[in-house]
Amino acid sequence: MLGFLKQPVVVTAEINMNLVALTVMGLVNRLWALSYPRAVVFDEVYYGQFVSLYMKRIFFVDDSGPPFGHMLLAFGGYLGGFDGNFLWNRIGAEYSMNVPVWSLRLLPALTGALCVPLAYQILVELHFSHCAAFGAALLILFENSLITQSRLMLLESVLIFFILLAILSYLKFYNLQKCSPFTAGWWFWLLLTGVACSCAVGVKYMGLFTYMLLLAIAGGHSWHLIGDQTLSNVSVLCHLLARGLALVVVPVAMYLSFFYVHLTVLYRSGPHDQIMTSAFQASLEGGLARITQGQPLEVAYGSQITLRNVLGKPVPCWLHSHKNTYPIRYENGRGSSHQQQVTCYPFKDVNNWWIVKDPGMQQLVVSNPPRPVRHGHIVQLVHGITTRYLNTHDVAAPLSPHSQEISCYIDYNISMPAQNLWRVEIVNRESDTDVWKTILSEVRFVHVNTSAVLKLSGASLPEWGYRQLEIIGEKLSKGHHQSMLWNVEEHRYGKSQEQKEREVELHSPTQADISKNLSFMARFTELQWKILTLKNEDTEHKYSSSPLDWITMDTNIAYWFHPISGAQIHLIGNILTWASANVATLVYVCLFLWYLLRRRRKICDIPEDAWRLWVSAGGLCVGGWAVNYLPFFMMEKTLFLYHYLPALTFQILLIPVVLQHLTDHLCRSQLPKNMFSALMVAWFSSIYLVYRTFSPLTYGEPTLSAAELRSLRWKDSWDILIRKH
Amino acid sequence: TLRRVRSVAFPTCLSLHPATSRGDALAPGAENYNSHDALRGNQTPLPAMPYGADSLSLDAVRGGARLPSGPRCGGLRQRRPRRPAGEPSRPSPPPRAWAPLEAPVGVWAPLASITLLSFASRFYRLCEPPHVCWDETHFGKMGSYYINRTFFFDVHPPLGKMLIGLAGYLSGYNGTFPFQKPGDRYGHHNYIGMRGFCAFLGSCLVPFAYLIVLELSKSLSAALLAASILIFDTGCITLSQYILLDPILMFFLMGAVLSMVKYNSCAVRPFSAPWWFWLSLTGVNLAGAIGVKFVGLFVVLLVGLNTVYDLWELLGDLSLSLVTLGKHLLARVFCLILLPLVLYTAQFAVHFAVLNKSGPGDGFFSSAFQSRLIGNNLHNVSVPEHLAYGSVITMKNLRMAGGYLHSHWHLYPEGVGARQQQVTAYLHKDLNNLWVIKKHDSNTDHLDPSCSVEFVRHGDVIRLEHKETSRNLHSHQHEAPMTRKHFQVTGYGINGTGDANDFWRIEVVGRKSGKRIKVLRSQIRLTHLATGCILGSSGKTLPKWGWEQVEVTCTPYVKETPNALWNVEDHINPKLPNISLDVLKPSFPEILLESHMVMIRGNSGLKPKENEVTSKPWHWPINYQGLRFSGVNETDYRVYLLGNPVVWWLNLVTIGLYLLMATCTIVAIKRGAQLTVEFKELSEVLLHSGGKIMLGWLLHYLPFFMMGRVLYFHHYFPAMLFSSMLTGITWDTLLKFCAGCLSCSMGKRVYTYGMLALMLLIVYSFYLFHPLSYGMVGPMASDPNSPMAGLRWLESWEF
Repeated sequence: MLGFLKQPVVVTAEINMNLVALTVMGLVNRLWALSYPRAVVFDEVYYGQFVSLYMKRIFFVDDSGPPFGHMLLAFGGYLGGFDGNFLWNRIGAEYSMNVPVWSLRLLPALTGALCVPLAYQILVELHFSHCAAFGAALLILFENSLITQSRLMLLESVLIFFILLAILSYLKFYNLQKCSPFTAGWWFWLLLTGVACSCAVGVKYMGLFTYMLLLAIAGGHSWHLIGDQTLSNVSVLCHLLARGLALVVVPVAMYLSFFYVHLTVLYRSGPHDQIMTSAFQASLEGGLARITQGQPLEVAYGSQITLRNVLGKPVPCWLHSHKNTYPIRYENGRGSSHQQQVTCYPFKDVNNWWIVKDPGMQQLVVSNPPRPVRHGHIVQLVHGITTRYLNTHDVAAPLSPHSQEISCYIDYNISMPAQNLWRVEIVNRESDTDVWKTILSEVRFVHVNTSAVLKLSGASLPEWGYRQLEIIGEKLSKGHHQSMLWNVEEHRYGKSQEQKEREVELHSPTQADISKNLSFMARFTELQWKILTLKNEDTEHKYSSSPLDWITMDTNIAYWFHPISGAQIHLIGNILTWASANVATLVYVCLFLWYLLRRRRKICDIPEDAWRLWVSAGGLCVGGWAVNYLPFFMMEKTLFLYHYLPALTFQILLIPVVLQHLTDHLCRSQLPKNMFSALMVAWFSSIYLVYRTFSPLTYGEPTLSAAELRSLRWKDSWDILIRKH
Repeated sequence: TLRRVRSVAFPTCLSLHPATSRGDALAPGAENYNSHDALRGNQTPLPAMPYGADSLSLDAVRGGARLPSGPRCGGLRQRRPRRPAGEPSRPSPPPRAWAPLEAPVGVWAPLASITLLSFASRFYRLCEPPHVCWDETHFGKMGSYYINRTFFFDVHPPLGKMLIGLAGYLSGYNGTFPFQKPGDRYGHHNYIGMRGFCAFLGSCLVPFAYLIVLELSKSLSAALLAASILIFDTGCITLSQYILLDPILMFFLMGAVLSMVKYNSCAVRPFSAPWWFWLSLTGVNLAGAIGVKFVGLFVVLLVGLNTVYDLWELLGDLSLSLVTLGKHLLARVFCLILLPLVLYTAQFAVHFAVLNKSGPGDGFFSSAFQSRLIGNNLHNVSVPEHLAYGSVITMKNLRMAGGYLHSHWHLYPEGVGARQQQVTAYLHKDLNNLWVIKKHDSNTDHLDPSCSVEFVRHGDVIRLEHKETSRNLHSHQHEAPMTRKHFQVTGYGINGTGDANDFWRIEVVGRKSGKRIKVLRSQIRLTHLATGCILGSSGKTLPKWGWEQVEVTCTPYVKETPNALWNVEDHINPKLPNISLDVLKPSFPEILLESHMVMIRGNSGLKPKENEVTSKPWHWPINYQGLRFSGVNETDYRVYLLGNPVVWWLNLVTIGLYLLMATCTIVAIKRGAQLTVEFKELSEVLLHSGGKIMLGWLLHYLPFFMMGRVLYFHHYFPAMLFSSMLTGITWDTLLKFCAGCLSCSMGKRVYTYGMLALMLLIVYSFYLFHPLSYGMVGPMASDPNSPMAGLRWLESWEF
């Protein structure tokens, strides 16, 4: 019964003091004086506004990446009790007392610190010596650029952490694969790989590169598994399914869940509403929902509506008209119809109201019961304030001479009859008898006489058109483009027969009651699409750089500058580490090619085991560097030095790999080995020295004098701020 | 006769190497084929024989038969590395279900008939419509430029247009038709020569595809299927019938693939005459492909990858010495790198030699370049030699494809620096490029006859006044519009009265102070006096408000780059005598480099505009939308570039099918499944030959997803050629697989009927859709009376 008492209870703990020491050093190194400076540093101004919006639960769209990273930063703010009240408008602005700087910066700093033991562990799992692993960790520890980036409210260190975690867990999993597949540990590491990958992708889309690399490596390993004929077909299938589940299904589910949380947390309307479709806006609290709440759903003859262009580019706008006419002659001498202008106007205005009229009847009010407009019906659109009819004819549009001009018809009693019949085509209809619905239906207006389609050209009119956007009739409708689609945003049933009453009615706010709930997937798809396609006007930034500058670190970024003391923080790397990493990459590639060609001729310079190790470690490190670096050459967005940091991390991991290979296989006798070790010691000390030298620029203190700053300008292209007195 | 002798000799050789389908069907000579078929009739299993002996005796036989030198190397295609010496050759396979289909048919007869069909389909109604269609307006015009020897600028390399020009010249077209816009009637001008030339090259694609597929799959029916797809594709027909670059590009592209495949087949006899012939022909075709359009780079990549793989195999063959390997490497470097480079350069040499008259493209090039052109104001120029105050000048930026310093009556928009007059760099010659040199501190009119001439000297402080608007060239510490690190440059002041920010120091590179400044030859640097920055052109294109001209900035980083250097091009000063200047003529490499820079800039400038409906790469394989070549209204003669939908959707399905089949096969092999000899051969064809074609398709399709420029539907056609060949190979293999699984007679029937059904389907769909290419008149397809009624299967098709 009490047999267990006969045996002593033994708890054996194995603690790798190396790991502990590295973690502690990392924490000290990254967390030291974390809340200094108490001022907005560089991109904190950018991420900070999102943290504030999270705190206030206000919806936003950020085209720089998926929401997980922002959410993590906001979580820090939540823990610190941040209320979101801070105006993020200027780099260098002092934080007010309510901003918990320390906890906002804590998470990036923690993840940055944990990268140090992760690097150690990765090399150990790659079967390198503890000495090499320790070296790798130290290099990460003393890398100034990584330190700067992790000590601020920025996302790169979080990204690097998840990337390294994914790599490490895959290696752990792969090492377990040989001895004990399908055990708890095996599952744990496999699933952790998938989770870490999705977190990396969720923080920044850059994580996708590493995810692809891991998938490729996993694919290669699975291929070997398929070729392993000792396994039965069923067990091979199980292996493949497990990998598919953990590396594809789990990440996708996680990714969706980030958006789910994002959309659940942010339920209030906010500054970016206008980018989204009316249906999406209506699902947010406040904003459009407040206006559209209780609108009638079905558009009927006599409805008063505002029409919003579905594309929303260059700015979201509504179909608009006003008293002014097109000039008789344009600047370039072409003539116009001189009829009333029709434009697209990016602000809410009483002139955006149009009335749907049945061509066969005179009345402008909704009959009882309302007669809904269906797909294929022919309508006239009457401008509410001026009661003129939307019209198009064979006159060239002001800025797009190949298309027809759209006007509100004025009868000048010349031989130019009104052509104001439009066919309503609901593009997203389910059946051909669908009713035109408020907000939900995307409608194309096809002109009956000329089959021109009402379209937003994207050009803005000159002074005479008040710089509003041009509306044209596209004669050759080339396929479907969102610029030809319109949806009803505000809507009410018109009641007033007389023009005067109607004007009063148009000015009054709409009232009534319906609610539109979009499903999560619909909202996710729309938000994801907007994130991917939203294009900010990308102009060159003062500190932007080209990928070629990164390898040699020809550029730096001034993050922060104290206006009085002159203390400053720069993103500037440990130049010695960068140089060594480049050399290591070069040596690796040359040696690899040399071995490869000679092995093809059946000459083996190194034993099979060493070769396999060399290939796997190098494939991971050089591959990681390449996938995180080369794609930038094809990107057209504004690039900064910090985009290189993930690639750099992989490159740093390569240094000890190459060094150990050199000592093991190329230094055959004792003497060169000793010399090599001595060199190593000297090299590590100089790396530490460089780190110390540049640490004032990394931590922002102590303040340096102008002469000291000048002496730190090791490269002419570095932009170190030296004040002139 | 020789023919007889060989047909006697060959059975001997082939009997040593029993009928593996790879070994025999390759022979492009009908005699070999027939002789072998005769052998096949017997199907006698032959004793195994060591490889060494068999190759030796084969050589002996070849020597004895005295093969004529020429592109011939079928017979034996076994590459050595794949079959190590000493391994016995395979025993003859059992009779096959599909063999009888191929047996009685030769190779040349089908080739001749498909060639005939191909020519017939391309030349039918070639002269219709007798007006300019679509891009004929560009390429016809450029052909005319060659005939008139007028210099022009285009984003594509010159070979295609040169050939069009040559065809026009030979067929009696005199280059006088203006090709102004699509729809212009040709009238009495002879355009058939140029269209006929393009149609001729377009017709050659079919036999090329036939030969490639035959060579790769050894299956006549696969080759016929691929050929008939191309013959009966309305898209290929339409694209071949007009004066366009695409037929020329595709001709060279397929030529390159064909010769690559052929020289791979010659691998058993390296350094033989046919081997050299095909290898160098590959190089020639590569030069042709890349000389027509830069898209030709993709086929260079394909050939490159194939060559790397080839060399890798050779490297693994330990029986080859390093010296032999070196020879192999050098041969490829010579034929596939050096030869194309030389030919490519030669095209440009001809281009520059032919176009020696000034024309519309002058402004894109540097002053030195322009001086070569007869009729340009810089040709045998005579201007005042030294700059003087009061001179009216134009300044040209020295960077490649740099523009003239330009200003106009438009201000920088709000939010972009100070709201002052724009200063840009402009590539065309224009009155707004004129500037007047003035002294910085006085506003006297130097052209007043009472003043004496005063020359501008190195190191002087000057003011540059824009002639049309009388504003001074000005800079200040505002950010430049695009390059935020630089300062903005504006036009400032009224009637020449500005402020101290209008002062610039003029310096000549490599000159001491006090020397005069020469027109054209001096490289000038303008330093802003107040901020110390240097006037330069960043090369970035301004947005719409700047009329998409090039940005001009003042750079605070003092670097010696051509961006910041200028030369004076035009120089007007009535008080100075004109002197004839012999401008330094640029050397050929300089011209070559410059024209490439200009082309690359032009290409990257073709960006789609906001809200413009453009064709997306994913539209293409599904035949989502075509291109209107001619005609809009009901009464017009309408031609619409659209692939035959049945063919294209078959191609699309086949790509999926191929991936599925390839995956299954490769996994089965990896799992160690025991395949019969027959299936092994099939999978070899599927993976190896199909893989090559698949790679070609990928290389010609995927890169378009990453291109920022405007894309059109017709960009897909090179990829479509590969896709069609893949269809031929895949269906043939699939049917053979099916047939192999069934009993002999049943399998034979499945195979025959399957192939027949596919071909009939293609022919019938062509019958339905042929008006797309050969012209539609009358009501649109939406009208039930139209010949195309009911055929508008997708709403996005516009016919």
